[in-house]
Amino acid sequence: MKLSGADIIVKTLIEQGCDVVFGYPGGQILDVYDSLYRFSGEIRHILSAHEQGAAHAADGYARATGRVGVVIATSGPGATNLVTGIATAYLDSVPMVAITGNVMTSQIGYDSFQEIDITGITLPITKHNYFVGSVEELADTIREAFQLAMSGRPGPVLIDVPKDIQKALCEYTPQEAVCPLEKRTAKDVRIQAAADCINASKRPFIYFGGGVIASDARQEMLELAETIDAPMGCSMMGLSVVPTNHPRFLGMQGMHGHYASSTAMHNADCIIALGVRFNDRVIGDKEKFAVNANIIHIDIDGSELSKTVMEAHSLRGDLKLTLQKLLPFVEEKNRSDWQADIERFKQEGALYADSRQGVTPKNVLSLLNGYLQDNTPIVTDVGQHQMWAAQYLRFKNSRRFISSGGLGTMGFGIGAAIGAAVATGEKTVLVTGDGSFAMTLQELATAVSCRLPLVILIMNNGVLGMVRQWQTLFFDKRYSNSVLDKKTDNVALIRAFGAEGEKVSDLEALQKALDNAFRAEGPYLIDCAISQDEFVLPMLPPGGTVDDIIVKAGDEA
Amino acid sequence: MNRYTVAVLVRNQFGVLNRVTSMFRRRQFNISSLTVSETEVPEYSRITVLFDGAEMQKQQLISQLYKLPDVCFVRELSPKASVSLELMLIKLELSQSVRDTVLAIAREFDAKVVDSTEASVILQVTADSRQLDAVIDRMREFSILEICRTGCVSLEKGSTTIREIMNQ
Ligand SMILES: Cc1ncc(C[n+]2csc(CCOP(=O)(O)OP(=O)(O)O)c2C)c(N)n1
Ligand SMILES: [Mg+2]
Repeated sequence: MKLSGADIIVKTLIEQGCDVVFGYPGGQILDVYDSLYRFSGEIRHILSAHEQGAAHAADGYARATGRVGVVIATSGPGATNLVTGIATAYLDSVPMVAITGNVMTSQIGYDSFQEIDITGITLPITKHNYFVGSVEELADTIREAFQLAMSGRPGPVLIDVPKDIQKALCEYTPQEAVCPLEKRTAKDVRIQAAADCINASKRPFIYFGGGVIASDARQEMLELAETIDAPMGCSMMGLSVVPTNHPRFLGMQGMHGHYASSTAMHNADCIIALGVRFNDRVIGDKEKFAVNANIIHIDIDGSELSKTVMEAHSLRGDLKLTLQKLLPFVEEKNRSDWQADIERFKQEGALYADSRQGVTPKNVLSLLNGYLQDNTPIVTDVGQHQMWAAQYLRFKNSRRFISSGGLGTMGFGIGAAIGAAVATGEKTVLVTGDGSFAMTLQELATAVSCRLPLVILIMNNGVLGMVRQWQTLFFDKRYSNSVLDKKTDNVALIRAFGAEGEKVSDLEALQKALDNAFRAEGPYLIDCAISQDEFVLPMLPPGGTVDDIIVKAGDEA
Repeated sequence: MNRYTVAVLVRNQFGVLNRVTSMFRRRQFNISSLTVSETEVPEYSRITVLFDGAEMQKQQLISQLYKLPDVCFVRELSPKASVSLELMLIKLELSQSVRDTVLAIAREFDAKVVDSTEASVILQVTADSRQLDAVIDRMREFSILEICRTGCVSLEKGSTTIREIMNQ
């Protein structure tokens, strides 16, 4: 049967198992929206308030489920509004397909109304992109895009479809949903060599990241940790893979990582890096990073191997499969001396723990912990509140901590929370800051119209806290443009959008507010006042080493 | 710092060169020459890249190339086991007084005179890129009017082809 290009787009999305898309209509994508109208029984469309919000929602959907998130926008400004969302997904390796309309093929290249070279613009922030030149290649292009998005190291793919292609007719035959491209593992000899290195080590440390989620390798990793008696730490992207209270888990690495985790990695003689990058935020001073350790790195993306640090063993391959091949070669060992060191690091770390009373970030988030179910998605924005959430919230299941790591996108939160709530149907928590929230709060309208069960906790310090922290530490307290001094009444604001909320400034009130929020059906906002002078600690100053870690306020002086 | 020659087979499609060069630019790879042309089969184009850098950067360049879905195969060509050539046209101003000297030098470098007037001459030189640099240096004492170079192309010696290696 002959279908229009627009119908082929929607039919192919359905064929690929896509049940919900996020987006925003406009002139050059009207045909697709007409198809969405006619096929609305088979595929749901969620209308955002801004294309950026739709892109973050598709991203949040993908992070929460592992499925490909889909976002649709019109040409020109619709397409450019996607850019931050696509870049956010790219840097965190999130599988996503973005479909944009464009002007008719015959008008391309003439600076026509709302014509933009979106394939050119998104070249460096997509795994790949397509400008569809004929309706015949449309369905296969979408299939290929899905496959690319989910294969290897996942990422976003964009498809730009001129309006005449959406209108043109073509034969369409449904096909099976695509599978990821064939998974590879490293060669046996190399795996054996890596195992020998692990077996010879006295102080192995497992450092993992989002790759463990992408390749579903949690079980294999835990088995490795048990067998070789190693502690584990993760990048921010790896949070929620291992339950926070797992006895071998020391916490996050990086600029604001947990003390014991950073110290253990620094003292290790063998770092086993699994599906994780050696990012500047984690290694600090390149020359002094883990100088005494052999680094074993397993990653599906060959370009991450030996990219920033010298590695003893670089294994390219799917993490799950490679670990399965590695496990039989590693010897079971008790490393009690090492465990004794780890205990000491933990105790040292505990000394620096924040034990203050009152509305401290730790106490606020500890209260919130009491309301979280095993499967509650926790989404954050970017800033101090994000780091506190990463440090203090307790995670139980994979894909339940959703945060912009690589790009650090303020304004990511609400869109991503919408996507996660749509994807999981779970009560979803957004921990945000007053600055970040103000960037994209128009998506409250989306959350309210869809009656999404969002608990929005604003950790309101009245400042761009993370900026202020740097200004305190490195700019002699010259607080240039980091004091927000906004007169916004956030409770009145959420009411204006059609939902409820309250403002709190002590823990008792916060508890009641959380009770209300977790009982509410739709979105519920809690505006919680905290001090503007709170610090995220510990802090590894940029380019520093573990010896430079600032563990308590005043240390920096 | 070393100079590496890398041959890249890419899908013969619109925009591929842009994807490759855009990646080089944003990752700040130091590319001294890049050529692209069709190959013996219509599906592939072949890009020859001369890259200056350290071994680790070369590895990075190859890995990054492989991340582009349009890239089908990447092969480093060693100087010993391959033939690398570049073509240059060089236009010189020629007064009567230097004419014979210039033409003598041209013969020395196996350059061909492809255009000749009262006042000028165009020489065509085919050699490896460093030899072309030497020709230019040598000609600097005369008046060089224009230079145009193709960039380096390179094939491995012997009967094996890059496609055979790719399919192994
Ligand atoms: C879109 C964007 N612009 C600017 C920044 C730089 N930045 C990082 S954190 C931060 C402050 C965030 O303030 P807020 O959301 O109130 O969080 P807080 O640090 O106060 O918890 C800024 C401006 C960013 N990450 N993203
Ligand atoms: Mg703030």
